[in-house]
Amino acid sequence: MTNPNNATITTVHTAEFTAGDALKIPTLRILRDDGSLYEGAVAPELDKATAIKMYDTMVFTRVLDERMLAAQRQGRISFYMQCLGEEATTVGSAAALAEQDMIMAQYREQGALRYRGFTLDQFMNQLFSNEKDLGKGRQMPVHYGSKDIYYMTISSPLGTQIPQASGYAYAQKLRGLANTTICYFGEGAASEGDFHAGLNMAAVHKAPVIFFCRNNGYAISTPASEQFVGDGIACRAVGYGMKALRVDGADILAVYQATKMARDHALKYNEPVLIESIAYRLGAHSSSDDPSGYRSKEEEEKWRQNDPIARFRLWLLEKGWLNEADDKATIEALRSEILDALKVAEKVAKPGIEHLISDVYAEPIPALQQQLDELKAHIRKYPDAYPVTAGRLD
Amino acid sequence: MAKMNMLQAINNALDLAMAKDDSVVCFGEDVGHFGGVFRATSKLQEKYGKARCFNTPLTEQGIAGFANGMAAQGMKPVAEIQFADYIFPAFDQIVNETAKFRYRSGNEFNVGGIVFRSPYGGGIAGGHYHSQSPEAYFAHTPGLKVVIPRDPYQAKGLLLASIASPDPVIFFEPKKLYRASTGEVPEEYYEIELGKAEVTQQGKDITVLAWGAQMEIVQKAVEMAEKDGISCEVIDLRSILPWDADTVAASVKKTGRLLINHEAPLTGGFAGEIAATVQKMCFLHLESPIERVCGMDTPYPLALEKEYVADHLKTYEAIKRSINF
Repeated sequence: MTNPNNATITTVHTAEFTAGDALKIPTLRILRDDGSLYEGAVAPELDKATAIKMYDTMVFTRVLDERMLAAQRQGRISFYMQCLGEEATTVGSAAALAEQDMIMAQYREQGALRYRGFTLDQFMNQLFSNEKDLGKGRQMPVHYGSKDIYYMTISSPLGTQIPQASGYAYAQKLRGLANTTICYFGEGAASEGDFHAGLNMAAVHKAPVIFFCRNNGYAISTPASEQFVGDGIACRAVGYGMKALRVDGADILAVYQATKMARDHALKYNEPVLIESIAYRLGAHSSSDDPSGYRSKEEEEKWRQNDPIARFRLWLLEKGWLNEADDKATIEALRSEILDALKVAEKVAKPGIEHLISDVYAEPIPALQQQLDELKAHIRKYPDAYPVTAGRLD
Repeated sequence: MAKMNMLQAINNALDLAMAKDDSVVCFGEDVGHFGGVFRATSKLQEKYGKARCFNTPLTEQGIAGFANGMAAQGMKPVAEIQFADYIFPAFDQIVNETAKFRYRSGNEFNVGGIVFRSPYGGGIAGGHYHSQSPEAYFAHTPGLKVVIPRDPYQAKGLLLASIASPDPVIFFEPKKLYRASTGEVPEEYYEIELGKAEVTQQGKDITVLAWGAQMEIVQKAVEMAEKDGISCEVIDLRSILPWDADTVAASVKKTGRLLINHEAPLTGGFAGEIAATVQKMCFLHLESPIERVCGMDTPYPLALEKEYVADHLKTYEAIKRSINF
C-alpha cells in the first residue's frame, strides 16, 4: 500500500494519547564548574591556539559589552545589547565552523562575529554609525554584518533569518559548495511563524543548515514558561524529521563538540540539524530594559555563578595553556584598547548625505534622485538646522 | 514569432531564463512536476531537474524567506505565490527583508536576484481571496520594483527584464488574461525596460491610464468615447514602482485631462499617488479634475462582482464627465 500521508501507520485498536512530554532530550555537559571533565566525558580535539582564541574572544566580548553599555549610559551611543552569560554559546559554535560557512544571527551573537575576525574598529564604527561603518550608519547599534567574513547583516525583525538560512544553505548545496549555514535565534524568536516555515523548508529540501537556538530563559520580560509548554525547543526538531542536540550553553567544550557534529552531519547528509543551547541571559535584554521589574536578584545571582568564561578559564589553567598573571594583564590592556578605539570612532564623521538614497536600489531611481536634490537645496537654506551635513554638501 | 497566450509566454520566458543562467531557480506551491495550478511552470522540472524547479511546503512566508536566502547567496529565485491574495503571510519577509536587504547592509549583501511572480486581479468569480490587486501595498515600499503586464508580448519581455534586474521585483500576472489574451510573441530572448510606461494610442482630448487586465477595459471605453468624437491618449503604466511620471505628465500636458483606472479599491489605491503627482507636475495644464475609476472600498465581492468592478461603462461615463467639466 502506498503512503500518501507520509506518516507511519502502526495500527492500534484502543484510543490512547501520546503524551506531550513523551520526548525528553538530554543536555550535553563535558566540563564541570571546577574546570575538570565529567567522568566518561571526552574533551573535543582542540589545539592550544584555537582554545586560546576561543577564550580571548569570550573575554573580548565581555569587556566590550561592559564598556559599550557604559557608553550608552553616558549617552555616547543610542542603544546597546550585551551577550553576558552567553559568550560560550556563540564563540564555541563559531569556532566549530569553517571560515566560509555563512553565519546568520539574531543580534546577541557578537562572540561569533568577533571569532570570525570582525575588528574592534569595525565594532566601533557600527556602534557610532559613522562613515566608516560597513552598513553606512543606517541601522541601530549592534546590527553588524560583513560580507568578507561571511556574517550576514543583522536585522531587527525576529526569526526572519530562519527561512533565509534554509534558502542560503540550499543555494550552497546547489552550487556544490562544501559549506554550511548556521542560523542563531533565541527561544522567543522560535515562537514566530518563520521558525516553523524555515525548519520545515530546510527539512523537506535537505538544506545543510544548523539551526542554533539560544534558550536563555527570557524574551525581554517573558519567561520561557510563557513562551511554550513543550520540552524546550530541541524536541520540535524531531517533529520536522530533523536531528537535534541540547547542550549546556555555559560549557564551551560541549557547545563546540555539538556544533562540530552538527556541521559534519549537515554536510555529509545534506540535512538540517537543530542545536538548543541552555544558558541564562544575565544582562538586561537591552539598554532600554530593566530586568528588576520581572525577575529577582537572587535568580540572577545564582546564574552569575554559572559563568562560561570562568569555567573555561579553569580548564585552560589546569592544562597550563593560560597563565593567571598574563590573563589579568591582557584584560587591563584590552580595556584601554577598547576605550581608545571608542574615542577615535566617535569623532569620525557621519556618512555623506548621498548615502540617504544609495543602495535603496542598485542605482537610485529618478524620483529618489529628485528627492535628494530637493533636500540638499533645503539644507542649504537652513544649514544651522542640519549641522551634520550642511557643511559637507558638494 | 509564435502565437502564444499569456501563460505560454510566461512559461517560455522562464524556460529561456533557466536555459540562459544556471542560477535561475523556480519554486512555489505546486510548481514542480505538476507545473503550477495555472501551468505557468509546465515542463520546467522535466527539463531542468528537481533541484531547480520544485514544490515547496505550503508556507508563503517560508517561500519568501527561502527566496531571500537563495538570492543573498547570489542565485536568482523566481518564487511563485499561488494567488496575490496569499502574499500577505509573506508581507513581512518582502517589506522588512527583501526590500531593505541592500540598504540596511550598506550593500554588503543584496537579494536583487529575486522575482516574486503572482497571479492577481479579478474577473473570474474569485470572491474575496482569488481576486485581489495588492500592488498599492507594495508601491509604498522603497526597495521593491512592481511590474504588471497587459498581454503575452509584454508579459515575456517584462518578466525577462525582471529576472535580469539587479533589484527585487514583484511581478503580478493578470490571471483573467492567462488564456484569454493571445498574440504574436518572439520565440527568442528579449527584454522590455522596467520603469517605463507605454503610450499605446495617441490622442489629444484626454489621457486614459491603466495597467494589467484593465487595459482591455479602458480600451473598450475609449472606443465608445471616440464614437462621440473624443480623442483619447491611452497609456499602459506597466511598472507601478518605480513609475514613469514623465511619460504620464507629458501626455497630460498635451491633453489637459487625466483618467486613471484600476481594479483595486479607490482609497489608498495607486491612482491616488498618480493623481497627486500629476496635479503637481501639470497644475497649469489641467482643465478638469483628475478622474479615478476604481474598485469600491469593499472586499472583492462574489455575487455583485459585475456591479463592483471598474468596468468600461463607468470609465466611459468618467471620460465624458471630464470632457464636459
